Amino acid sequence: MERRYITCDPELCSGCGLCEMVCSAEKEGVFCPELSRIHLVHIDESMAVSIACRFCENTPCIEACPREALELDEANNVIRVDKMRCTGCGWCIEACDFGAIVLNRSTKSVVLCDLCEGRSQPKCVELCPREALKVSTLEIEAQNARVEAAKSLL
Amino acid sequence: MYLYHGKILIIDLTTQEVRVEELSPSLLKGYLGGIGLATRLLYQYLPAGSDALSPHNPLVFATSALAGTIIPTSNKHAIATKSPLTGLIGDSLSSSFWSQALKRSGFDAIVITGAAASPTYLFIDNDIVHFKKAEHLWGKGSPETEHYIRRHIGDDRVKVASIGPGGENLVRYACITNDSNRQAGRTGTGAVMGSKKLKAIALRGTRPIKVYSMDEVERISIDIIHKAEGPDTEKYRVLGTPANILVLNGLSALPTRNFQQSSFEKAESISGEYLAEHYLTKVMACATCPVACGHIYKVAEGDYAGTQWELDYESLYALGPLCGVDHIPGILKAAELCDYYGIDTISTGSCIAWAMECFEKGLLTKEDTEGIDLTFGNHSALVEVIPKIGERSGIGNLLADGVRIASSNLGRNSEHWAMHGKGLEFPGYDPRAMKTLALGFAVGLRGACHNRSPAYEVDMSGEVDRFKGEPGRGSMVKEKEDFAAVLDSLIICKFIRKCFGDFYTEAANLYKQATGLDMTPAELKGAGERINNIKKAFNIREGWKPGDDWLAPRLFSDPITEGEGKGTVLTEAELRLMIDDYYQARGWTAEGLIPDEKLRALGIEDPIAPWKGLEYGTQVYNL
Repeated sequence: MERRYITCDPELCSGCGLCEMVCSAEKEGVFCPELSRIHLVHIDESMAVSIACRFCENTPCIEACPREALELDEANNVIRVDKMRCTGCGWCIEACDFGAIVLNRSTKSVVLCDLCEGRSQPKCVELCPREALKVSTLEIEAQNARVEAAKSLL
Repeated sequence: MYLYHGKILIIDLTTQEVRVEELSPSLLKGYLGGIGLATRLLYQYLPAGSDALSPHNPLVFATSALAGTIIPTSNKHAIATKSPLTGLIGDSLSSSFWSQALKRSGFDAIVITGAAASPTYLFIDNDIVHFKKAEHLWGKGSPETEHYIRRHIGDDRVKVASIGPGGENLVRYACITNDSNRQAGRTGTGAVMGSKKLKAIALRGTRPIKVYSMDEVERISIDIIHKAEGPDTEKYRVLGTPANILVLNGLSALPTRNFQQSSFEKAESISGEYLAEHYLTKVMACATCPVACGHIYKVAEGDYAGTQWELDYESLYALGPLCGVDHIPGILKAAELCDYYGIDTISTGSCIAWAMECFEKGLLTKEDTEGIDLTFGNHSALVEVIPKIGERSGIGNLLADGVRIASSNLGRNSEHWAMHGKGLEFPGYDPRAMKTLALGFAVGLRGACHNRSPAYEVDMSGEVDRFKGEPGRGSMVKEKEDFAAVLDSLIICKFIRKCFGDFYTEAANLYKQATGLDMTPAELKGAGERINNIKKAFNIREGWKPGDDWLAPRLFSDPITEGEGKGTVLTEAELRLMIDDYYQARGWTAEGLIPDEKLRALGIEDPIAPWKGLEYGTQVYNL
């Protein structure tokens, strides 16, 4: 499957954090932003953006794992965590440039976005009241950039 | 019991002692949370008759019952303290991630008593309380204070509520700011915090929050979120609250030049519509709010270029038409300065408007103002005077006490145009054009307020003659006040109130699904009545007198000068009639006191009394 990931448009994001709440509820059965697979970052009073796993091509998290607990499932475009192998050491968390991976201390293993596998679209994307979140691909993002560039040139 | 922790944290700044006390489920259910719980705790922990700025006055922070969850707009908190502005109940709401952190710290409320010997801030790391030195933060604005504390602790999830220089300097209408630009704005809670030499409260709350029925809470929340994307919240979402400028202007209800006029000839140029077209850059939301009413405007060029700040209707009204100002960049700069100093924009604008009228009438001269030209409409006067208020220097020292005390100090009939109810400056609605609102302002428990008494909705409904005070308004105001008390305690933001159908039924169910505590619609409504009655009891205990339920003299003598309702004043007879009607609807005595049997019927029981002190005039508040 083509590489897909959740993007957030900072122009639209209002910083409400509903994405974190619905994610932790869906995945962990509690309200807890730290256990969400998507994370809201406030830059200043007028700028916020939410960040989830971008499924990088060279997957530094997988490279960093000393126990081969992380694995890229290319067919479904998700990174799978083998809870039996994961010790919660956190190398992958440090390796991720986006802070997209977090540790669930109760299960002692790491968690990250799986685009709500099995659902038509991720819950956070479905709920976002500002439609700031969407599932995208690099090709779509590049197309959008080209269109914007062309508009500004012509 | 879910969501509630059944625990409060009590911190004595004088002794640095910390203790935890338990709250019973029945007390929590009876007062819900937010304003209700905060007021109940204030009643208990304030030694009767204490001065507002003395160490005895507790500063109570209570979370929304529903905070920490996905429930839209529930991530709010209330602050209650004895107000240094009114001498009566001081309660104010704020919202966002600090509120969420408070719930997740494991306490339903924090009660802060005593006073520190030197500037201090608290770092509450879940259930561990650290007392930290804050000399280096004294004098800084809230965003900078927050940034510094977060950097020092090294955790972005640490949320901070703090005061600015205005609170430090005991400006009587100083606010407490959290999440950079969310304020508990009214009644001077920040001055109480300043009197305790408490610069900030940093919170790290990381407990996961569980509710009774995850499925139901999520289903109901998502339903409200979808409704909030539709017409029920359109006004707040699209233009934000500045949409009110043209609405109220058309109703002759937009107070202008300190209530000398009731409409502003330049309203178009400061309207929500104009702002959206020329200045809007971004909308932002509080935590878990789908509406995002926070409209941020930017000055691109000319005076104050680069200023970028959020503006809501009330700030716009008070710093704009009330001062005769139509210069948006100047208004934005003034709002930014108010937020830097941490002072309430409504009271600040009202104080400046009062001073402008004194200047116009020759009671204040350039000698008094150190050369500042306090002419109505002069936007640069705002920008020059606000720092003086925040610093309590020169003319600012007079204005920092609010219009009631300032006019009493200046005298020479300036009380006539001191626009306040019980010491709280008026928000942006003209009571002469909204007579139900006039009643709401007059009897308002925290003073003249449209949030605690949204009586203007009656006037704007078209179902009553808004220019006439009539029998029947008393029970309407009571209903609106009790509804507001429930919203302010659950807490659900008033901006999504229309997303509910049968509010009490739906909200009682939501409460049950979230907390696991049984709640009927009647019990929920009863909680609203109980909360308003305990506020009233607090006021009576602290020195309220029947004559205090009244309004500024101007409203009775100076008519609306133009537009619809031209020539209308508020008559003493119609206000008296409505007040009597209201006391009756409340089940109070003709003097406005609460009979013992009424208190018992509401389940306001003995442990927090002495109830026998409930005769007015036994305590004299000392401002």
